[in-house]
Amino acid sequence: MSLANSFRTGPDARGFFGDFGGRFVAETLMPLVLEVERAYTAAKADPSFQAELDYYLAHYVGRPSPLWYAERLTQHLGGAKIYFKRDELNHTGAHKINNCMGQILLARRMGKRRIIAETGAGQHGVATATVAALFGLPCVVYMGETDMERQKPNVFRMRLLGAEVRPARSGRRTLKDAMNEALRDWVAHVDDTFYIIGTVAGPHPYPAMVRDFQSVIGTELREQMHRAEGRLPDTLVAAIGGGSNAMGLFHPFLDDPDVKMIGVEAGGHGLDTGEHCASLTGGRPGVLHGNRTYLLQDDDGQIIEGHSISAGLDYPGIGPEHAWLHDLKRVEYVAVTDKQALDAFQLCARTEGILPALEPSHALAEVTKRAPNLPKDHLLVMNLCGRGDKDIFAVAEHLGVSL
Amino acid sequence: MSSSRIATRFAELKAQNRRGLVTFITAGDPDPATFEAILAGLPAAGADVLEIGMPFTDPMADGPAIQASSLRALSNGQTLTRTLAQVAAFRQTDQTTPIVLMGYYNPILARGVPTFLAEARAAGVDGLIIVDLPPEHDDELNLPARAAGLDFIRLATPTTDTVRLPTVLSNTSGFVYYVAIAGITGTRSADTDTVAKAVGRLRAGTDLPIAVGFGIRTPEQVAAITRHADAAVVGSAIVERIAAKLDGAGRATPGLVEHVLGFVKTLASGVRG
Repeated sequence: MSLANSFRTGPDARGFFGDFGGRFVAETLMPLVLEVERAYTAAKADPSFQAELDYYLAHYVGRPSPLWYAERLTQHLGGAKIYFKRDELNHTGAHKINNCMGQILLARRMGKRRIIAETGAGQHGVATATVAALFGLPCVVYMGETDMERQKPNVFRMRLLGAEVRPARSGRRTLKDAMNEALRDWVAHVDDTFYIIGTVAGPHPYPAMVRDFQSVIGTELREQMHRAEGRLPDTLVAAIGGGSNAMGLFHPFLDDPDVKMIGVEAGGHGLDTGEHCASLTGGRPGVLHGNRTYLLQDDDGQIIEGHSISAGLDYPGIGPEHAWLHDLKRVEYVAVTDKQALDAFQLCARTEGILPALEPSHALAEVTKRAPNLPKDHLLVMNLCGRGDKDIFAVAEHLGVSL
Repeated sequence: MSSSRIATRFAELKAQNRRGLVTFITAGDPDPATFEAILAGLPAAGADVLEIGMPFTDPMADGPAIQASSLRALSNGQTLTRTLAQVAAFRQTDQTTPIVLMGYYNPILARGVPTFLAEARAAGVDGLIIVDLPPEHDDELNLPARAAGLDFIRLATPTTDTVRLPTVLSNTSGFVYYVAIAGITGTRSADTDTVAKAVGRLRAGTDLPIAVGFGIRTPEQVAAITRHADAAVVGSAIVERIAAKLDGAGRATPGLVEHVLGFVKTLASGVRG
């Protein structure tokens, strides 16, 4: 495939994927964002940086994560051959740490002495707190007050790891508001602080940098699938909030035209109710948190608060590269509801003995819709990007069980 | 031509041998009528330039006071349409006091840039300060705004180094807004010596007037800052005076307008001796 036809060359020098992306930040942050870009460009070109990252990914995170043939689920659905890419088996229980490890090594290279992060479900916060503890750096995690309530175990986990968890009390008090607070903190601590953004969003170079660190998922899958089946997978399915696990799964396959990709957004109570977080299927382009992308917004450009049973998907935007892939129709984006995700969660527990997080439960719900209609030799891979232990209280509540 | 109101005002200040006071309030805070009454009273209270915030749900550069004011305005139904109508109404009785709209890009983008610029110009807006549009994105709004006859006022900050400064000072007009601290509005205050040095650095690169804001809360600070800068911007301290006069349900109580304008009068004493 020629470069001109490649889906893998973005972003451009100004941080754009087509119309999406950019660096829409206050002047105070602009020099910092440029500094991160320079440092990341230099690190990428330095083999010792990748070697250091590989060491920690192998010996601390536990990569490569297994590729699991979900045989009982495959039989249950009676169609496509279903594989799970098991990123829930990483240290800290989700894909988030792939990115945190990359960014904290970069922060160390840059001589930064303090780490901040935003978190929704708490998985990114836990992963950030973990790597900050590992390298002995103080860490502040911003989390919406609503999410702190929904994800109490992760709040406690972060505190055990020595992080300070600060509640974001504006808006609906979820991920968007946590990101606002983290940006405000960064503006006020420009000299010593590195902001570890948890998803493929924010000002350039974050969307590309986070994608690169998460692409270990798809790169491993290519090799693992080749060993298991001797060929490429046919369909990739991943859940999307900001979209980091999906970008990491998809990116290494974007130039393989026979590989179909499906991103699954959080449909909440249903797209027609307005209570959802499906930015691509229910939003339109705008500018928030440093990038132009699809956003949930009203006619006046005010951001609308999304809803999802999953705190990790509860974000009114989406990474700009997804927005671009959506408009090019390279990736298909769909939405599933809270209810469908809950059903998939329970199905996975009983057929595969795995409690998935509510985020990949959305991807699994889409798998359950599609797999029965696909031939038995169709290789379908779902990114099982997080484990569900953190969600058992929320699931119990929705099932009417008191713990 | 309305875009010269800012230049005219700074020329007048120079002729009077005094410095200026720029006041910030959020459009529609706490409710349309109270906002309009405050706005109408600001010039007589001593404000030389009026900065009006266009409320946004996610004001990332703002501290708690202005965040809260934005949410109060939005919860009372403030829209960009209403903000522009309120500017137009103000212009019925005041043709000289410059008005600068401050805010974030998305509400303008949602409106459509050409439509917004035409409407703002027709309403009597003189300049724009858009926090999340750095020089790297001048093609989005800066260049079209200037072509439409509106000033685009750039923020320079303590992190703007000497290499970057010429970029920041390019394509800017009206005045330059120096952000005195690396931080959000209404939090810390900068010491005057640091600001003096920064203003000196800016003067070497531009002939435009220089206003300094962020963390300026008292007449004394206004006086100290304007020994070096051409104008001082006060925002959060005024907005807090509004918040202090709301009842438990967030409604304006009697005397609010007088209370706020009285505070602006004391601030103005910092530039009027």
